[in-house]
Amino acid sequence: MTSTRTRRPRSHQTIDEYLLSETQLEDMYYHMLLARRLNERMLALNRQGRAPFVIAGAGQEAAQVGAAMALKVGTDYLAPYYRDLGMNLVFGMTAREAMLNLLGKRDDPNSHGRQMPSHWGSTERKIVTQSSVVTTQFLHATGIGLAAKLRKDPIVVLTSCGEGSTSKGDFHEALNFAAIHKLPVIFYVENNGYAISESNEKEMPLKHVSDRARGYAIQSATVDGMDGIAVYQTVRPAVDQARNGGGPFLIEARCYRLWPHSSDDDDSRYRPKKELEEWTKKDPLTLFRGRVETDGIFPREDLDEIEHRVEEEVRDAAQWAMMQPDPAPEDALGHVYKELGS
Amino acid sequence: MTSMTVIEAVRSTLDEAMAADDRTFILGEDVEAGGVFRATEGLHAKYGERVIDSPLAESSIIGISIGAAHYGLRPIAEIQFADFIHSGFDQLCSEASRWCYRTSGDAFLPMVVRTPWGGGVHGGQHHSQSIEAYYSHMPGIKVVAPAFPADYRSLLKAAIADPNPVLFLEHKRTYRLIRQEVDGAPAETVIGRARVTRQGSDLTIIAYGLMLHESLAAAETLAGEGVECTVVDLLTLSPLDRETILESAKATGKVLIVHEDNLTGGLGGEIAAIIAEHAFEYLDAPIRRVAGPDIPAMPYHHAMEDFFMPNREKIAAAARELAAY
Repeated sequence: MTSTRTRRPRSHQTIDEYLLSETQLEDMYYHMLLARRLNERMLALNRQGRAPFVIAGAGQEAAQVGAAMALKVGTDYLAPYYRDLGMNLVFGMTAREAMLNLLGKRDDPNSHGRQMPSHWGSTERKIVTQSSVVTTQFLHATGIGLAAKLRKDPIVVLTSCGEGSTSKGDFHEALNFAAIHKLPVIFYVENNGYAISESNEKEMPLKHVSDRARGYAIQSATVDGMDGIAVYQTVRPAVDQARNGGGPFLIEARCYRLWPHSSDDDDSRYRPKKELEEWTKKDPLTLFRGRVETDGIFPREDLDEIEHRVEEEVRDAAQWAMMQPDPAPEDALGHVYKELGS
Repeated sequence: MTSMTVIEAVRSTLDEAMAADDRTFILGEDVEAGGVFRATEGLHAKYGERVIDSPLAESSIIGISIGAAHYGLRPIAEIQFADFIHSGFDQLCSEASRWCYRTSGDAFLPMVVRTPWGGGVHGGQHHSQSIEAYYSHMPGIKVVAPAFPADYRSLLKAAIADPNPVLFLEHKRTYRLIRQEVDGAPAETVIGRARVTRQGSDLTIIAYGLMLHESLAAAETLAGEGVECTVVDLLTLSPLDRETILESAKATGKVLIVHEDNLTGGLGGEIAAIIAEHAFEYLDAPIRRVAGPDIPAMPYHHAMEDFFMPNREKIAAAARELAAY
């Protein structure tokens, strides 16, 4: 077994070493920022009484966007978890659709008002529908990997979860099966420090989630999940290897949940204030901006331009979505079964 | 015409489905070696990598089948004994049953989970269970439990063709006990229809699986005593064929429901409620149920096992009382 640990690249690296083009870097910043601003607007709508529930990914945008960008959008599959707004945006979900989803509107492509917000899914975009039960998606991703192997389709599946989910049996069963059959699955764990109120020490006896890979004889890596570029640089080779028959990979992105668990949670009950302050200094958006500015990749004006574009997109999405139709009450009865031949 | 047992009906239908559609594959414990009941015997040699041994992890058998079905394949999962399916309950209840619903039909799961169920084989608490009530309580999953080899063939074929998750229950006591002349390809059928197996005007017995055979034997005994029974084979336990249930109840005015699952919360309660709500005025007697006792599990010792299992004598006794009411 080999275990690679990727450290955050040093800040004097140049654009060539990022392995990301200028356009890709722009995309990365755009999607990370869009995820954050959408989450902020969603929380505002919740506080205004317009949205009953918000579960967000603030602090995990780099971990999400960097990883999703390592996949082939339109070809590869994503089996994400409920914090992964950033991944879904990379896979084509629009700001307007995210707002439809928040409000449970009739035309929300994810579930048409049937699921709580942030339970993503789109067959067309190859985003696998998910539930609130954690880690079940690891087995679905493994099944997709098995199917692709049987059909000899050169695709990769990335499935993600929080570190709390790695204690569940489905985590073990998925990694075990994927390892036995060398399936093209990236098991991606966003270690954001907390499973609601439980810190890492209460969840596992290991320092790194990636150490769990040893039990399945698969490769693993731990990466600084606050750094989107480092994330991309770690996930991309794992994806390429999986696509070429190298088998599954376990990647742990060390990040931080900057917000409470959900709009209903009060994190002051369990989270030390000082810890939050320390991690806030490593906010992935600030970090990214600082790096690309220091390295002279983008002038400040370009980044400001992206900021303005995102602000406008989020404002439009929220206003537009609020005017969209709600589901009819009796819509609750439909689609229990798929009709034969439909 | 070929004489075929239940297990031969299952095996031949699996073989035909695997030959007809290369999107099908079999996943389960010991399936490469043919399975503990020999349902998949010879299939690994014939279909190679499409017959896959799983680790001993039932949640993974179901969860992986969900993923593969979502991708577009036609997984046929085997849970070695129905008693072990419960560690996959979460994948069936929280995921498979809601996949189509929660996406408003955008995604769906053409998958089958086959599993041997039922008692009378000295299997004790973990090789005898009736699990159908748990899973019939989940809209979104279809539950099928045939009794005769020809129905095993036609319904297994229909289950594999169905775009929804189907739990296909095979009564293990009948695997080699029940034999039938079977003609050619499986008959075209749809899931969700019951069948009147025997027609009689005095009372209706509703049953499925092994108990259908016991009910037919009881009906035969009663016929000798001048009591004529209608016997309904439910075939599909979810969704129930309410029409056939109600028609038969109305025609005879007396209903006896039989299952080996324990009484409380069993399917008999739901069937009785359907009849009470929609055919009350046709009833000439209270609805009767013959079922397993409300104890946690089937005991191992044959004396206690016999005590647990409903059989033709117990059914005939209840039917006699009902006819005399």
